[in-house]
Amino acid sequence: MKKDIILCGVGGQGILSIATIIGEAATKAGVNLKQAEVHGMSQRGGDVQSNLRLSTETIYSDLIPQGGCDLIISMEPMEALRYLPYLSKNGVVVTSNKPFVNIPNYPDQEALFAELNSLPNVVQLDIEEVAKDAGNARGANVVLLGMAAKYLDILSPEQLREAIATIFARKGEAVVEANLKCFDKGVEG
Amino acid sequence: MKKQLLLGDEAIALGALHAGLSGVYAYPGTPSTEITEFIQSSPLGRERGVHSRWCANEKTAMEAALGMSYAGKRALVCMKHVGMNVCADAFVNSAITGVNGGLVVLAADDPSMHSSQNEQDSRFYGKFALIPVFEPSNQQEAYDMMAKAFDLSEELKEPVLFRVVTRLAHSRAAVETGEAREENAMNASTDQWVLLPGIARRKYAALLDKQPRMEEAAASSIYNKVEKNGGKLGIIACGIGYNYVKEAMGNDGNVLKISQYPLPEKEIRMFAAENDSILVVEDGQPVVEQDVKGMLGAGYPIKGRLTGDLPRTGELNPDNVAAALGRETGPAFEVAKNLAGRPPQLCQGCGHRDVYGALVKIIEEYPDARVFGDIGCYTLGALPPFKALASCVDMGASITMAKGAADAGLRPAIAVIGDSTFTHSGMTGLLDAINENTPITVIISDNLTTGMTGGQDSAGTNKYEAICLGLGMDPAHLHVVTPLPKNIPDIAQLIRDEIAYEGVSVIIPRRECIQTAARHAREAKKK
Repeated sequence: MKKDIILCGVGGQGILSIATIIGEAATKAGVNLKQAEVHGMSQRGGDVQSNLRLSTETIYSDLIPQGGCDLIISMEPMEALRYLPYLSKNGVVVTSNKPFVNIPNYPDQEALFAELNSLPNVVQLDIEEVAKDAGNARGANVVLLGMAAKYLDILSPEQLREAIATIFARKGEAVVEANLKCFDKGVEG
Repeated sequence: MKKQLLLGDEAIALGALHAGLSGVYAYPGTPSTEITEFIQSSPLGRERGVHSRWCANEKTAMEAALGMSYAGKRALVCMKHVGMNVCADAFVNSAITGVNGGLVVLAADDPSMHSSQNEQDSRFYGKFALIPVFEPSNQQEAYDMMAKAFDLSEELKEPVLFRVVTRLAHSRAAVETGEAREENAMNASTDQWVLLPGIARRKYAALLDKQPRMEEAAASSIYNKVEKNGGKLGIIACGIGYNYVKEAMGNDGNVLKISQYPLPEKEIRMFAAENDSILVVEDGQPVVEQDVKGMLGAGYPIKGRLTGDLPRTGELNPDNVAAALGRETGPAFEVAKNLAGRPPQLCQGCGHRDVYGALVKIIEEYPDARVFGDIGCYTLGALPPFKALASCVDMGASITMAKGAADAGLRPAIAVIGDSTFTHSGMTGLLDAINENTPITVIISDNLTTGMTGGQDSAGTNKYEAICLGLGMDPAHLHVVTPLPKNIPDIAQLIRDEIAYEGVSVIIPRRECIQTAARHAREAKKK
């Protein structure tokens, strides 16, 4: 069993924290993992992505082949579209529906959402709004992880909840609770 | 045995610490930076007092590491691939002097230039210096091989090169780690490392005499192995190339995995004899492909990057390796139509932005002006909305290129360089300009840190005016300003005034990087 995931967004949106939580859960569950990150120049307001591969078998390549990605988890709708050549035929896209416009030539939003909605399996949510409603404006990325949880298969939502508790433990009980709330809101969709 | 998730860089760092490291010497550079950062924050490193402070540049790092080795202890030097050019003199000659304590030189190459100006392959440097090269294929090997690298260095009394690429350096996987062994005791060499011609000739001969042992070590290495699974195509898979081959082939194919050099010639000849043709899969430049061609002669079919079976430029990936093996992968969905590039940008509120705010005015007013750039976040001034830079070549080249252009008659010639880049390689160029009072305007954009690699300490912080005056700058033409939006008109006027002066001027816009300022504020709040 394997699950190949592309995490993406704009530098600073917190995609690496999502990777850290999944990594913690995978390690605890004894699932193999490889996660390729991008550091350096592209952090600064540019597009960022991370290839995250989970498998019960040995994982060789750090990168996902084209057409092999089971799940795109994106903090930004246009960034979700950037990795379409990697998405498998039955792959799922889980994305924020709120454009992050920091470039002058951002595409026409109506056309962008029409293209996004034309994909067979898309789940979208205004994750920032949901996070705010949950009283944790900084937890949008954890809401997104909650939305993706039911498509992860190889790890259960409960295993992800435990990982959130472990990762945020050193920041105190209140931070753990706030993030679990965001996660649960994401799971509810 | 303990299992933990580690970046390739972190596995290297922990491997070195556990191998009994006494000092890491490095200048930050993507994708190598996290190695030194890991050692800096490691409890074991702190407990043992392992040296881990950043160096001014890769050459000072290499030389200090050689000094630690001379004194008998184990030292690691880390850099990005182009850092090898900076330290090349010390590096190549360290193979002539030989070493005492184990010395491992780590070069992190960046095929596809994710964050670099070229994709040179550091394995050439290993061949050039005639020393062994280790090239792990995964995070576990990166950890395990570090101890082997130190052992081989101490056995041969030679430095060893450790080469990784971005996709290993910046990829995470579970690594099983062992116990830390002791550091070496101080035990200074009694040999003369004096490379006067008479001694250097003798030492060079000794280095050549060690070549068969180096090849023998590679031939018997557990990291170089043959997998025979049928067919007549032999695949030579180097470093992480092995992973893409396994991804495409599973348990099929005849594979010679190479993770330690010099290339074991006898094994390669045997492998060639068992197959009809060879495909060389290596990330970076066709180093092995060329060597294997030389070994097997023109009659033997060898495919790789030189033949176009793999792309001549850019990194390997599961798709181009699968294609070279005749196992196509392919997209299920086309490239999206509603997509725009999202290039990196200077942060909102960054002081470099205000420097460029002034410079774009100058460029408008002086059509002949050229701004020679340098390496750092501020290289982004080449992109819209500023489009201010004429060049960015290597660390420190802004000042020296401006000088050469001014020597040729170009006016106004302006250099923009960051604080860390200035102490890395800009100071000597400024001395040249001061000695001739060349009419250039040098802007040292000082954000009190090494910003682009994530905010490491900058070697010259609080010393820039003193350095410039020490080099002989005329104090009348040395200015410090605060780059804020409200000060842009004043800064532009100062640049105009200094352009009018027929001699060297230095303007230092100084304001802390907003990223490190935010980090410092958070740390202060915690206390």
